[in-house]
Amino acid sequence: MSEVKFSKEHEWITLEGDIATIGITKHATEMLGDIVFAELPEKGSNVEKDGTAGVVESTKAASDVYTPVSGEVLDTNQSIVDDPAKINEDPEGGAWFFKLKIKDSSELDTLMNKEEYDKFAKETSN
Amino acid sequence: MEIKKTSLNNLHKDNQAKFVEFAGYEMPIQYSNGIIEEHKFTRLHSGIFDVSHMGQLFIYGDESLTEELEKIFPLDLKNLKQNSSKYSFLMNDDAGIYDDLIITKIEDGYLIILNAACKEKDFEILFNLLGTKFKMNLDNNRSLIAIQGPKSVEILNSIINGVDQLHFMSGNWFNSDNQKLFVTRSGYTGEDGFEVSISNDKAEKFVQNLIKKGAQLIGLGARDTLRLEAGLCLYGHELDINKTPIEANLKWAISKSRLSNGGFIGSEKIINQIQDGANQVRVGIKPEGRLIAREKTKIFNDIESQIGEITSGTYGPSVNGPIAMGYVDKEFSKVDTKILLEVRGKKYPANICALPFYKKNYVKGVN
Repeated sequence: MSEVKFSKEHEWITLEGDIATIGITKHATEMLGDIVFAELPEKGSNVEKDGTAGVVESTKAASDVYTPVSGEVLDTNQSIVDDPAKINEDPEGGAWFFKLKIKDSSELDTLMNKEEYDKFAKETSN
Repeated sequence: MEIKKTSLNNLHKDNQAKFVEFAGYEMPIQYSNGIIEEHKFTRLHSGIFDVSHMGQLFIYGDESLTEELEKIFPLDLKNLKQNSSKYSFLMNDDAGIYDDLIITKIEDGYLIILNAACKEKDFEILFNLLGTKFKMNLDNNRSLIAIQGPKSVEILNSIINGVDQLHFMSGNWFNSDNQKLFVTRSGYTGEDGFEVSISNDKAEKFVQNLIKKGAQLIGLGARDTLRLEAGLCLYGHELDINKTPIEANLKWAISKSRLSNGGFIGSEKIINQIQDGANQVRVGIKPEGRLIAREKTKIFNDIESQIGEITSGTYGPSVNGPIAMGYVDKEFSKVDTKILLEVRGKKYPANICALPFYKKNYVKGVN
């Protein structure tokens, strides 16, 4: 599996072959607070880089989830729809959001590595 | 304008509060445990809420003060016992609500608790109505601390002996730590609890004492989920200048004896609306599934004509599901009416339901 990459919209992405797994970062969940609702893209639909690909809602507010790369949605994680609290518990593991068959692997080049993201998250949350 | 801080601001910081600006004050929205944990802790144990941003208006005067206030509020204040509290509203001539409030008859006058965002304007309105005959003091030297939840009586009574004798919606002065505290048995969570008016310089020590006894600080986030589960209105959401108490389904708060003769501001409109019915009324709404419908969500009937709008909506931690309140055309206000909510461009099913979403009996008093 490839190195984990991160977007400025606080999504993480890993790649196995041309299949990407995408979720939201721990930092994002900490900013959102308790997550109580999740909506995922439809299987078989095509999503565009930086386009909306879901929604999460905390007790406080709703936030869009964006996809850091373009592709076709192959699978979605129904368990986080049924129990959204899982997203707070294991955001960068079991609580992934969706899997994509990616269209253009060069889109990953624009994303941050862990170190860059941690620095970005720290700077933007102050 | 510089943001205002309550006397507990440092204590909030020490407890890892996340702050928001609310009505010009820097207030804690949550602490490190988060809204759901804080909500549940209040329902099971005892939560401490800093509500010092709210207005504490003391008005002093003789018997004529009661007469003057009856011209303003839809209450039977002449027959209100000293130390008893009533929920009421300050209205305009069209019965539009400037603010909702709690008024308590105290020795030599009244104490009125006002919403933070409305308190200065309320003071002006009341001052213009009452004139200089009465002493009015919107007291900025006192903090207001709410203690809510089933263990609150035991915890508070161990610090202020005698508060366990208070009946629901009544209050009294107590002495503690060489100062006078005004304590009412009331609240905004659907739980048994108290609100304590205490001088600013003593507030932090008092709250630290409550924490030592096992109560925990709770932020405005959980205050909102708790009040919504309890079906209670929040000014600026369910209530505003374009809504009347009848539309807001708050007729119960108007003293029956005042409905026959009126004589309070807005009485004509209220009496008319009681006779003819209001066009729209406040209702409870439960979306099906887990969908959350926030404020301003449009409400439709089954043939997709708009029939109203959501005024508050969130996830109710004790209900374990989404809950909302809003206004709908009267003919759609019956419990179990099926409605549609438009969220992010799609329509989702929901039902009108009875309020409150969460019910626990308030302590009626002790015998």
